[in-house]
Amino acid sequence: MFAYIIRRLLYAIPILVGVNLITFVLFFVVNSPEDVARAHLGEKYVTPQAIENWVHEKGYNHPLMYNADADGLNRITDTIFYQKSLKLFTLDFGQADDGRDIATDVLTRMGPSLALAIPTFVIGIWINICVALIVVMFRATHLDKAAVALFVSLMSISGLFYIIGGQYMVATLWRLVPISGFEPGAMAWKFLILPVVIGVISGIGLGARWYRTLFLETVDQDFVRTARAKGVSELGVLFHHVLPNALLPILTGVVVVIPSLFMGSLLMEAFFGIPGLGSYMLDAIRAQDFAIVRTMVFVGSVLYILGLILTDISYTMADPRVRLN
Amino acid sequence: MDIFTVKPVILWTDLMLWLLVISITAFLFSLRSNPESRDQWRQVFSSRLGMATFIIILSYITLALIDSLHFRKPLPPAAGQNPETTYYSNKVHSVLDLILGEMGERKERSYSEPFALKSFTKENMTNEQGQTYRDYPDLEHAGSHLENKAEHHRDLLWQSLIGLTKGLLFGVILCALMKGTTRSSSLPWGTAMTTILVICMLLGWLLHVGNLYHILGTDRAGNDTLYDSIKGIRTGVLIGTLATLIMMPIAITLGICAGYFKGWVDDTVQYLYTTLSSIPGILLIAAAILQFQVFIDLNPGFFEVGLEKADARFLGLCFILGITSWAGLCRLLRAETLKISQLPYVQAAHAFGVSHIRVIRQHILPNVMHIILITFVLDFSGLVLAEAVLSYIGVGVDSSMPSWGNMINLARSELSQEPVVWWNLVGAFFFMFTLVLAANLFSDLVNEAFNPKNRQERAQ
Amino acid sequence: MTQASVLSVRNLSVGLKNRSQDAVLKNISFDLTPGEIYALVGESGSGKSVTSLAMMRLLPDALTVTEGEVLFEGQDLFSATEQQMTAVRGHRIAMIFQDALTSLNPVKKIGTQIEEALKLHTTLDSKARRKHIIGLLQEVGLPEPERRIDWYPHQLSGGQQQRVMIAIALACEPDVLIADEPTTALDVTIQKQVLDLIHSLSRSRQLAVLLITHDMGVVRETAHRVGVMYQGEIIEEESCDRFFHNPQKDYSRRLIASLPDQRHFRDSTPVDALLSVQNLKVHFPQRQGALQRIHNWTKAVDGVSLTLGHGETLALVGESGCGKTTTGRAILNLDQPTSGHITFEGHTLNTLSRSAMHPLRRKIQVIFQDPYSSMNPRMTVLRIIEEGMISLKLGLTPNQREERVIELLQKVQLEPEHRHRYPHEFSGGQRQRIAIARALAVNPQLIICDEPTSALDVSTRAEVLKLLQQLQQELGVSYLFITHDLSIIPQLAHRVAVMKEGKIVELGVTKAVLTQPQHSYTQELLRAVPQLE
Repeated sequence: MFAYIIRRLLYAIPILVGVNLITFVLFFVVNSPEDVARAHLGEKYVTPQAIENWVHEKGYNHPLMYNADADGLNRITDTIFYQKSLKLFTLDFGQADDGRDIATDVLTRMGPSLALAIPTFVIGIWINICVALIVVMFRATHLDKAAVALFVSLMSISGLFYIIGGQYMVATLWRLVPISGFEPGAMAWKFLILPVVIGVISGIGLGARWYRTLFLETVDQDFVRTARAKGVSELGVLFHHVLPNALLPILTGVVVVIPSLFMGSLLMEAFFGIPGLGSYMLDAIRAQDFAIVRTMVFVGSVLYILGLILTDISYTMADPRVRLN
Repeated sequence: MDIFTVKPVILWTDLMLWLLVISITAFLFSLRSNPESRDQWRQVFSSRLGMATFIIILSYITLALIDSLHFRKPLPPAAGQNPETTYYSNKVHSVLDLILGEMGERKERSYSEPFALKSFTKENMTNEQGQTYRDYPDLEHAGSHLENKAEHHRDLLWQSLIGLTKGLLFGVILCALMKGTTRSSSLPWGTAMTTILVICMLLGWLLHVGNLYHILGTDRAGNDTLYDSIKGIRTGVLIGTLATLIMMPIAITLGICAGYFKGWVDDTVQYLYTTLSSIPGILLIAAAILQFQVFIDLNPGFFEVGLEKADARFLGLCFILGITSWAGLCRLLRAETLKISQLPYVQAAHAFGVSHIRVIRQHILPNVMHIILITFVLDFSGLVLAEAVLSYIGVGVDSSMPSWGNMINLARSELSQEPVVWWNLVGAFFFMFTLVLAANLFSDLVNEAFNPKNRQERAQ
Repeated sequence: MTQASVLSVRNLSVGLKNRSQDAVLKNISFDLTPGEIYALVGESGSGKSVTSLAMMRLLPDALTVTEGEVLFEGQDLFSATEQQMTAVRGHRIAMIFQDALTSLNPVKKIGTQIEEALKLHTTLDSKARRKHIIGLLQEVGLPEPERRIDWYPHQLSGGQQQRVMIAIALACEPDVLIADEPTTALDVTIQKQVLDLIHSLSRSRQLAVLLITHDMGVVRETAHRVGVMYQGEIIEEESCDRFFHNPQKDYSRRLIASLPDQRHFRDSTPVDALLSVQNLKVHFPQRQGALQRIHNWTKAVDGVSLTLGHGETLALVGESGCGKTTTGRAILNLDQPTSGHITFEGHTLNTLSRSAMHPLRRKIQVIFQDPYSSMNPRMTVLRIIEEGMISLKLGLTPNQREERVIELLQKVQLEPEHRHRYPHEFSGGQRQRIAIARALAVNPQLIICDEPTSALDVSTRAEVLKLLQQLQQELGVSYLFITHDLSIIPQLAHRVAVMKEGKIVELGVTKAVLTQPQHSYTQELLRAVPQLE
């Protein structure tokens, strides 16, 4: 087990290097920093001097991979690749376009993101499993058919409509909660309750339908028949035999996203004005602040790899058949 | 307008969509020779739901195809211009625009409600006496054929009847043609015809009445919402198909090679897809699109008209969506290939000394086809939905391109206005929901028919 | 037959839910009495398993009981409420199934799974339950029950898993035990143990046992009475002795006649060696640790030597996991040997490159066990059979190939028209014939038959074996016949090699090995084979 985790962690290094290479190519090779500066400054103010200032200010005034003018080790370190991509490994994220320190921003914005993402995630899974179990209890009846039709309809609605519609009904029409905004501390729930509810509802269609399929696959297995032959009642079969086994594939899909909860939800945070990492990313994308985007790509990749390792570990704990090697 | 005087414009996406539709049709026909896949398709279409949803999707695709025949109209010769050379309008039209008639050109000044004769907001106007007053102005293009505005409702009813009848007639002709060409009687043709008739009547009504009134009102800039919604179809269908199409060759090659050759090939492919899928998809898409946009903006010389620029960005979007999504299919194919290459018939082929390429082509590829097909239909609806979100974030299609995402983006704050402007959202919602729902239902049926897991259950 | 029946099935009919006219079971009636084993025997698809599931009211959703009753101690189970039924299942009537591994819940300890039945049907407290479970595990012969009670199913061997299944069934001291093909997935020595266990339990506990099986040998050894099922009906019911000596119905007679003759052996005369295997070893690495270093080797084949002559059949016999299939794969060059020599007509196969091996491939061919996965479902029979002719460049035109395919199909007793069909349109036996035709297509001198008949019904099995022998006489081809089934060997093989744990423990002329086995393992194997006499 320990050896396994070590091996996975070692394996994470080439992956992160690969991620860095991809972002490096995307941000500095496709268009040179000068091109980006020209696009950034807009047609009107483009003078060679302005471009040079911009490039200098951002620290892009180095060669890409290899600095022939420098001496010794500086040939490698005085390059954009080293300064902007490899330094991410030391958690040195640099500064945003407006001069703020990205690392501090990321840390302060994690809180609100988690405050929204964790309840949505936990309640969402719980409700999806319950709904799916109820539907499976009534399998091969009209109720089952109707429920599946409902699930498919629910998942055919764009997430944007859930948010827009929910905001309209709850916040504008009934004026129950504030339409958007955030305040840290105890009063945060007032702002969070609507996005959490909308997040959960918009996920029911897809989630419950998937869980239903998993449960149905398990219901047909031999050991369920054995349980019935033992005299276990229908409810007992569902809870003691179907659920524990169907939880295994659910686990793979669920655990992998847990670390990524830190990243927050782009849409939810943007619509509800929650100052988390999701809206941070969205603002960065809209302002074309590549330093922030690069950082978030790196952070996201690290969290994803963490999720993969966690998945494997949780799997060994849940399934006695799996032994890591 | 003389058809020979127009200048055809072939956009990359037009070309790809037509090629795609033609090749898929050819592929499906080639499957007919195998009785097993014929049975599977029969199973899909023998359910009424399958037939109805397929026809709905087909009508969307047809509209998208018609909308993918672009041309530029010649400008009337200006004074002092060499009569030998014709100049062409900067605006690119499609055949669909011709069918929709004046709908796209009937611009109002701002918001108007569905079927309204007057504008939604009050404006300063001057009456015959020269006095300025505030009132709702008449719309320029809605109900302009009416002599008496009081006949509004009766006219609406009457014109609706005319529109429905036109549609019905067209539908009957279509059904008659279909009846003439099909033989198989085991499929629910009744449902097919009903669906066709309903769609034709709806289209007939939309076309006829939509040219007299604004059926779905107008947006802030005064554009007809119905027109925008219909033009959004092409974008939706394209993104749903092209992105998958682009990623398929990568996913198929890498997935099968990884599963078949194992060893270092497998390691490399696994490394590739783990690396790519570890990058948060939305950030990768955003970064790529932004960089691509910088490239487009810096190289304006590549593009003749604005639409081509938008088209290039759109193609870029499809590419990047494809690149971010190949990992899923690749993983599935790798696992399935691993399984198949252990099966006795592949072992038997090895015992016959069959070459690797031949084993892959003859034994592996045909037996993973169902996964490819299921992925294609399953991904379609997801991509249509993704387009809306990406356009909302600002990294979707070009803002000049008609799409449901752009419509929602423009209309997102309208529900909080007083009084509420709801029709823009409803327009985008209705057209998008119908397509995605039909695609989801259809893909469920395809999955049920082609997934071997389900097949075994049926056999028992 | 002196005691009153504890359970009787009366006129049971089962049909499909949507199309009730297609009966799956027609008027099934039989009685079970305490201490007696009643065998329901039939080929696949005859409705044996459906009968047992219908009795327990556990039919799959698509099937429904259309008529009849199941009387348990005078009460009709079909008119009982579901609640009353759960009190009967596992408590009064218990059941065990064919595949013990999939029939046990993989994420629960075996003790917990036995305990579940006890919790439902008894009032024992947890300490008493644990004691009872350990006693049960001891009774079914699971070694070290105190330790194994906390194990998971996958940690046990196949035979041990089936013992746990039996323990679950016996936990609440039922009156009736339904055993649905309880030994089909097991090796012959384990089968013997499990059957003996069921036999002794039925006597000691006065259990009424319904034994469902397709294996006539099992019936002969264990059952008191026999019911023969054919196409959803019981066509004959008789006491076991009388049934085997004087079957009444044609079908029963055919079933018994298709059992392999074990008294006559094939003669063997020494011939020139075509294939010789010397000290063959195939080891697979096991990797471990952070750097995936090889820390151990799985010795699948560990020093096998054998020879095979022209036109000879050598049976390679052993239980699952003994390495017999890997030996075959190594000869086919599908697995790379670790060491040793495989010599075929003077060529050392395991040192040849892929391209040098290519011309030799046509001389060595293979037939696999599973007739359902051994042919590409997307190819027609014509393309399946001609594949080898194309890739081995036999230099035939398409027309010549098609003619040859027709000829081959006739040779394996299929119709020429069958060449345009796809594999799924054929039955298991027909598919195995196609597989034989495919192997013969390139005129091989050696065919490796990897359990070609073990997935087939008895009557089909006899036909396929007969066909293989006919072809051998006609074409002079040699067979390396890999099998776990000792009963078919006397008629089939000239010589026998018995394999255990990667090694050949005994090799010799069939008659000698089967009548005077030298090695203790061979003796044990032979004792375990169910005897008809």
